[in-house]
Amino acid sequence: MSAPAPGEGALPGGEPEPPRGEGDQGTRAYGFDTRAIHAGQRPDPYTGARAVPIFQTTSYVFEDPESAAAYFNLQEYGNTYSRIMNPTTAVFEERIASLEGGAGAVAFASGLAAQAAALFTMLTPGDHVVASSALYGGTVTQLKHLARKLSLELTFVDPDDLSAWRGALRANTKLLYGETIGNPGGNVLDIAAVAEIAHGHAAPLMVDSTFATPYLCRPIEHGADIVVHSATKFIGGHGTSIGGVVVEAGTFDWSNGRFPVVAEPSPAYHGLAFHETFGMYGYLMKLRAESLRDLGAALSPFNAFLFLLGLETLPLRMARHVENALGVARFLEAHPAVASVRYPGLAASPYRELVARYLPRGAGSIFVFDLAGGRAAGQRFIEALGLWSHLANVGDAKSLVIHPASTTHRQLSDQELAAAGVGPGSIRLSVGLETLDDLLDDLARGLAAARGTTS
Amino acid sequence: MTGEPRPAAARTEPHEADADRREAGTDPRYQDPRVIVATLRSARTVAIVGLSPDPLRPSNFIGFYLQRHGYRIVPVNPREKEILGETSYPSLRAIPFPVDVVDVFRRPEAVPEIARDAVAIGAKALWLQFGVVSPEGARIADAGGLAVVMDRCMKIEHARHLGRMHWLGFNTGVITARRAREL
Repeated sequence: MSAPAPGEGALPGGEPEPPRGEGDQGTRAYGFDTRAIHAGQRPDPYTGARAVPIFQTTSYVFEDPESAAAYFNLQEYGNTYSRIMNPTTAVFEERIASLEGGAGAVAFASGLAAQAAALFTMLTPGDHVVASSALYGGTVTQLKHLARKLSLELTFVDPDDLSAWRGALRANTKLLYGETIGNPGGNVLDIAAVAEIAHGHAAPLMVDSTFATPYLCRPIEHGADIVVHSATKFIGGHGTSIGGVVVEAGTFDWSNGRFPVVAEPSPAYHGLAFHETFGMYGYLMKLRAESLRDLGAALSPFNAFLFLLGLETLPLRMARHVENALGVARFLEAHPAVASVRYPGLAASPYRELVARYLPRGAGSIFVFDLAGGRAAGQRFIEALGLWSHLANVGDAKSLVIHPASTTHRQLSDQELAAAGVGPGSIRLSVGLETLDDLLDDLARGLAAARGTTS
Repeated sequence: MTGEPRPAAARTEPHEADADRREAGTDPRYQDPRVIVATLRSARTVAIVGLSPDPLRPSNFIGFYLQRHGYRIVPVNPREKEILGETSYPSLRAIPFPVDVVDVFRRPEAVPEIARDAVAIGAKALWLQFGVVSPEGARIADAGGLAVVMDRCMKIEHARHLGRMHWLGFNTGVITARRAREL
């Protein structure tokens, strides 16, 4: 081991360090927009590249055997293998952690992979999870599969009913799970109240905040312990890449006796106790060094790069997304072919107070509305559109639309659709960044077709 | 990286240390990044009070890390002769050469005496690890002319400001457009 002088980086050629003392010296609390552009990256010392370089490499040459051993023993922060860490991906992780106000983050190959790993890190067979019944369908399916295969107990509750959350708690309840803005129902979670219920039971609250992004809501500020995102949506923002990320607040007490899987010595690391050794970073270290390593769903550095590009304009894009979404929702609300609009940002929404508290900058841009005419009207509506893209994604710069009854929920009867919160004439919109008048013009054409007339 | 290897009983009740911390309300000047960076950059010799010989203990992790980054560590542990290849001394006053930083992995009650010793041996800084919160100890060191850092981990702060903590996706809080010295 060649030891550099104290406090010094290993500069090639032993150049003297440039003088410190410049800048704010870590004393300034930078604003959200500044962090969306700068957090996580220091221009690299060898090239000075201003954009984040894409480190398209599987592995990293060790300085010497002692360093290699120190990295594998987690005694030193070092790169070993891109399934576990990558310098491009790390910039994305730190930037998201900064924007959410967390201790750190770990990125994954998809939102569902992120979610599975977050659960895998803290749960053991026999544990009980209480989850919102209004979650994204892919999450519901994942939770049910995990419950069956990992012998977890699972209870779904109406997320709007705080007494239901409380009433579902059991001695073995280890996690409460909800979405900031429900997909697709648009219900807004009372994060602080549910966090209080969770913490009263010495359990963490995990929140999927994909529809809000940290620009609209930062669940950790309201008491959530873990935030997961499908970065595929607004974070990337341009429909190019699949990815996910887990952010942890760093404040939950994993050594409270209920989470031996996090707190007790790990046989995989010669008996290292993650929470005691790494303190507020213990859960995140375990998530990376065990769950990501073992499950293997690593984000590619190229996708991390695209997500970083997305984050640089997140504040600008989200402001425009919510502005357009409100314009579309108001237009639909006033249209005779529309039976109802479930956008939580509307003044008539039952979630108005929760929106004011948790989403003061806007209630996102993904919501459902119901056509008056049922399943056939839904199909005619979709067929008449020329600017909205008919596909199964959300959170793109382009405006997106889907008719669940004829696509994702096609096999269900009308009764089964109703149980899923989807009507035969329900349409889900993801409002993009186009000129609002163009979006409304296209919707007017679809609505005329839905009523059986042409515009 | 956490505080002192807490006694076994306290380890099952970690709320105690948290409560101490809240009550004490660590003075922000004892967590000033300018003091932290200046201390890390000027120090050469770090006495680690309460250093454990067990390679899985947090104090040992930190001693190992500091050695890797070029600091000379001086174990202070009356029960050991040698830790991490360095002679272990029974107390700060028994160390026969000057030390720059006194890094403390002990219970808060033990800190005032350690702070008096740190002043007596002419140390330049008193550094209290995560969970080691002692306003009295801090005042003693401060009055003795020492820089004081409290309720912060020396390894994490080194890795945050001068090291590679950002490689693992942790939120270092560092925002800068200046070229780094190391990736």
